[in-house]
Amino acid sequence: MTTTTLTHPVPVDDGHGHGGGHHEIEIPYTLHPRPDTGMYNGKLGIWLFLASEVMLFGALFSTLILLRTSAPSWPHGWQELNIPLATLNTFILIGSSVTVVLAWANLRLGDLRKGKIFLSITLLCGLGFMVIKSIEYATKFRHHHFPSTNNFFATYFVMTGLHGLHVLGGMIVFGYLIGPGAKLWETNRDQYTNRVEVTGLYWHFVDLVWIFLFPILYLL
Amino acid sequence: MRDFVGDFLREAMPPDYSLHGPELDRLSIYVHWLMLILFVGWGILFVYMLVRFRASKHPKAVYHGTKSHISKYAEIGVFVIECLLLFGISIPAWSRWTTRPDNDKNALEIRVVGEQFAWNIHYPGADHIFGKTNVKYVTSNNPLGLDPTDPNAKDDIATINQLHLELNRAVLIRLTSKDVIHDFFLPYMRVKQDAIPGMEIPVHFTPTHTSGTETWDIACAQLCGLGHFRMRGQYHVETKQEFDKWMATQTPAVASISE
Amino acid sequence: MPPKRQIRVGNQWMYARDARRALEEAIRVSESEAKAHEHHVPFIRKYVFSTDHKWIGIQYAITALTFLLLGFSLMLLMRWQLAFPGKPFPALIAKFLGSSNAPGGVMLPEFYNQLGAMHGTIMVFLAIVPLAVGAFGNYVVPLQIGAPDMAFPKLNMMSYWLYLPGGLLMMSGFFIPGGAANSGWTSYPPLSIIATNGQTIWILGMVLLITSSLLGSINFIVTIFQLRAKGLTFMRLPFFVWAQLITSFLLLLAFPPLEAAAILQLMDRVAGTSFFLPSGLVISGTPLHNAGGGNPLLWQHLFWFLAHPEVYVLILPGMGIISEVIANNTRKPLWGYKSLVGAGVFLGFMSFVVWAHHMFLTGMGTAISAFFQTTTMIISIPSVIILTALIISLWGASIRFTVPMLFALAFLPMFGIGGLTGLPLGLAASDIHLHDTYYVIGHFHYVVAPGTIFAMFAGIYYWFPKATGRQMNEFWGKVHFWLSLVCINCIFMPMFYQGLAGVSRRLYDGGAQYMHAKPVIHTNVFISSAAWLLLVAQFPFIINFFYSIFKGRRVEANHWHATTLEWSAASAPPLAHGNFAVLPVVYRGPYEYSVPDHEGDDYLPQNVPEDQPGAPVPAGGGALHGTAVAQKES
Ligand code: HEA
Ligand code: HEA
Ligand code: CUA
Ligand SMILES: [Cu+2]
Repeated sequence: MTTTTLTHPVPVDDGHGHGGGHHEIEIPYTLHPRPDTGMYNGKLGIWLFLASEVMLFGALFSTLILLRTSAPSWPHGWQELNIPLATLNTFILIGSSVTVVLAWANLRLGDLRKGKIFLSITLLCGLGFMVIKSIEYATKFRHHHFPSTNNFFATYFVMTGLHGLHVLGGMIVFGYLIGPGAKLWETNRDQYTNRVEVTGLYWHFVDLVWIFLFPILYLL
Repeated sequence: MRDFVGDFLREAMPPDYSLHGPELDRLSIYVHWLMLILFVGWGILFVYMLVRFRASKHPKAVYHGTKSHISKYAEIGVFVIECLLLFGISIPAWSRWTTRPDNDKNALEIRVVGEQFAWNIHYPGADHIFGKTNVKYVTSNNPLGLDPTDPNAKDDIATINQLHLELNRAVLIRLTSKDVIHDFFLPYMRVKQDAIPGMEIPVHFTPTHTSGTETWDIACAQLCGLGHFRMRGQYHVETKQEFDKWMATQTPAVASISE
Repeated sequence: MPPKRQIRVGNQWMYARDARRALEEAIRVSESEAKAHEHHVPFIRKYVFSTDHKWIGIQYAITALTFLLLGFSLMLLMRWQLAFPGKPFPALIAKFLGSSNAPGGVMLPEFYNQLGAMHGTIMVFLAIVPLAVGAFGNYVVPLQIGAPDMAFPKLNMMSYWLYLPGGLLMMSGFFIPGGAANSGWTSYPPLSIIATNGQTIWILGMVLLITSSLLGSINFIVTIFQLRAKGLTFMRLPFFVWAQLITSFLLLLAFPPLEAAAILQLMDRVAGTSFFLPSGLVISGTPLHNAGGGNPLLWQHLFWFLAHPEVYVLILPGMGIISEVIANNTRKPLWGYKSLVGAGVFLGFMSFVVWAHHMFLTGMGTAISAFFQTTTMIISIPSVIILTALIISLWGASIRFTVPMLFALAFLPMFGIGGLTGLPLGLAASDIHLHDTYYVIGHFHYVVAPGTIFAMFAGIYYWFPKATGRQMNEFWGKVHFWLSLVCINCIFMPMFYQGLAGVSRRLYDGGAQYMHAKPVIHTNVFISSAAWLLLVAQFPFIINFFYSIFKGRRVEANHWHATTLEWSAASAPPLAHGNFAVLPVVYRGPYEYSVPDHEGDDYLPQNVPEDQPGAPVPAGGGALHGTAVAQKES
């Protein structure tokens, strides 16, 4: 009886597509879901990350509510801010949430080319959002509206600024996934697809934050 | 049993010279009794087990340990006592502490304004109405920023770090701050309250002892900068005659503003 | 029916002898592979930017211990000023501090405030949390759940490499004009907003540390959920893993609001906003030109929303360590494992709804105060349950007074004192007198110093053989223990007395100015002397620690005859090579000591297949018993 003939009592990774040997430490469930949790590591990780993001933006929304309710006067968003541009931005972001799902779906079907096209559209949407946002910012600055002007603008700039940083972060990841990161497709399709899925979840969240920001800052 | 926890605490705490103080102290004493009983109870058991179950005397451990439910009753007991203290004393005491008592129609009303690193005391004067204040009037002669044009301010009296109170007369302090957060702390009165800029917080208490020749300090209990440790004022609890006499010697604050 | 005299390995039956051989072969193969493999890992990838959880754990441990010593040293300086207000330092120290901090050798009040704020910050964010979570969590959790590493090794590396720069950045505050942050570890505005630039550094440092903690907590949760060995159900997890899991959730959900608050405070400081600044402030006689309309209490709410859960982050991993040590040294299962877990989870939930008990005196009305007092009383109950379970675990034990056990035992009454003194603070009416006095300082130091720090010491002595294959000297360990226990009580016990007398905290002269402090002020000399002695008491530890790494007594892999999985891996498991030649399988709960009817050893490791009377259980020393099968991947 030799060790080589024994069967492995615990597969190191149920779902690992290739052997891998002992050269890299193999972490279980990087690719396929663990049966009892129903998720692969990256997906659980991103959900947890998003939970923390909910707390982050939750704190900022609470701040806004507290400052606004205790202020003797507070300008209406529609008096100070550019609603058409923001509406446009809302549609751009919602659209990009759709395209990122399409990208993932195409990758699942094995179509890298289409996947990349949809990823690029998503990236462009992000870019469009940022351009419009900077136009908005620029007009505010021209009218001498700065974060220090009053608490309305302070919350406006901080919340949209932080949201903008999130958009930017997403764009960087998309850029990576379209460019150098796409090499992974050749060696490990599943992992590449997972990465797109996880980034997509993040992107939905960024979208969702905007869907809260838009009415609260602009319409109320 | 002798109340030696109470004796110890009364010894350790500063004397208690206010109307509401004894209630707070009583709560403290009860809680400390609870703490002591718990600690000593578990402590005795703990030491007993250390001795009885040391490996040299008890080489083979018992897998199941104890089956007794005493701990459950102890835990429930703790919770019940905590609830009694909470609903029986603490919450009612707090509600009395934060709401203005009905019997203080005649309360002595004073504004206290903290600043780095002094206590500005503001009496409304004979008209019992505080003059308006505004930051634009603040100068070194007018730290409160009293509005000299306001008729109500004419008779207002301002002191720095000197608070005079009347024996057995309810006090209503309107507490705020000009710059950072301070904390108005009168240990002998069991009074402690944050002074927060942008807020005016009412503080009520009634002194029941005169300070006589003793120095009673107003301490600052909230870190407020490099001079926090020396942000010290004095308060004097006097009989009505003494208090009125002192009041009479004060010149209205507006008089010194123009100088 | 199991075949006679055979043991089950995975899903087959075989003779123990064959199993042993297979096991030895597996170990030999994996060790030689590990050796061969080690050569391929360049130094920088192995020791600097390592992705191996064990090495990252060690990096965290060394860094955090250094910060612990630093935080302690700052306090020792403060204790001089408190004992002898206005008296110059001994010449050497005075020279070291320099004339900008201590002209003529006398510490300036500004500098005292810097030391205080940084002591608190260092201890909480740079020493204890990284030690409890970063070091112990990293090193032990994957081993205890039978995982090859953390779920995201690169993320793990990034956590460390955000923590270290964050810490160094924070320290750099001492070297800029105006010095380090000086508004307390709580950084209450408006003081923190008009403070010197050290505060900006503090905020930036915090942002790095928060990010580091966030990455770390995600990593821990995913690791514990996803990488548990086969058979290791949640109710078979060692309590230490539970404690780390709950801690990670607290970090995950509580830190982001502080991050938000830090961003707002940064804006207030650098962009001229007024989130925390009300209108009409007058700073040293001149009106502040800001928009106003902000609210200083907003910061306090956001801060304590983090900082209260944070204090349970400081204690839970400690309780986890204590549980492991107690189970092991009582040679019996923990009493009430289920209630421990339940209480821990409940504690985690409740810790999010008690934060405003730090703010009773901010002008709080009856309803809100009643709410927070009630939640505070409720949250004290799970702590009572946990402590009770640990104490009662001693009943029927066979207590071995090893060094880790001494620290673990001392933890119980010490945490008891700290926790119990939380009660008068949690009742708002008695908090009026005690708030912001040394009573509070005494309260929380009892939980974090002879509480958490002792738990950390217990953990270091306990897992040292695991990490190094050697044991720390027992005699010097006991010296370290007894001296520390005495000194630390001499430091913190008198503080209750001072606090009852009404001595405020954060006073540069320790209250020497105030009449009401007169009766108790003399205790400061005693406290400070005990603090300096406490430093001396650490030398046996520090020397023992480094000496034992190289020269300590070599011990077998399962030195303490423990049951949890980490002890089934080889001692000092090789770096950059996973942990187990074969991932273990778990058959039972974590603390099966002194199982009735079980002959032979008094412990049954989690991964030994079946309780077969008479069947030879591979003893410690050989790693990986039980899962005596390896697959040589082709
Ligand atoms: C690890 C840290 C830790 C822990 C566990 C706790 C636990 C508790 N804390 Fe503490 N606390 C702090 C750290 C901690 N605290 C810090 C750092 C501050 C100050 C921050 C600052 O202002 O800078 C603070 C401040 C603080 C305040 C604010 C005080 C003030 O500023 O006025 C309050 C008020 O409610 C409070 C309450 C409590 C309560 C009710 C518990 C309860 O959870 C305790 C429950 C435990 C028990 C009730 C013990 C059970 C004991 C036994 C069963 C007996 C055992 C006996 C033997 C073994 C012999 N704490
Ligand atoms: C986890 C938190 C923690 C810990 C562990 C400590 C530990 C200690 N603290 Fe701390 N303290 C705080 C958190 C902590 N403190 C906070 C938050 C404040 C409030 C700050 C503020 O006001 O804003 C405070 C304030 C505070 C004050 C009040 C100051 C004031 O109000 O003016 C005092 C006064 O004596 C004090 C003393 C001490 C002492 C003597 C210790 C001792 O117990 C220290 C013991 C340390 C050791 C025993 C270290 C051992 C180290 C090693 C052995 C290293 C080995 C190294 C290698 C092997 C590489 N502390
Ligand atoms: Cu004012 Cu401290
Ligand atoms: Cu708390």
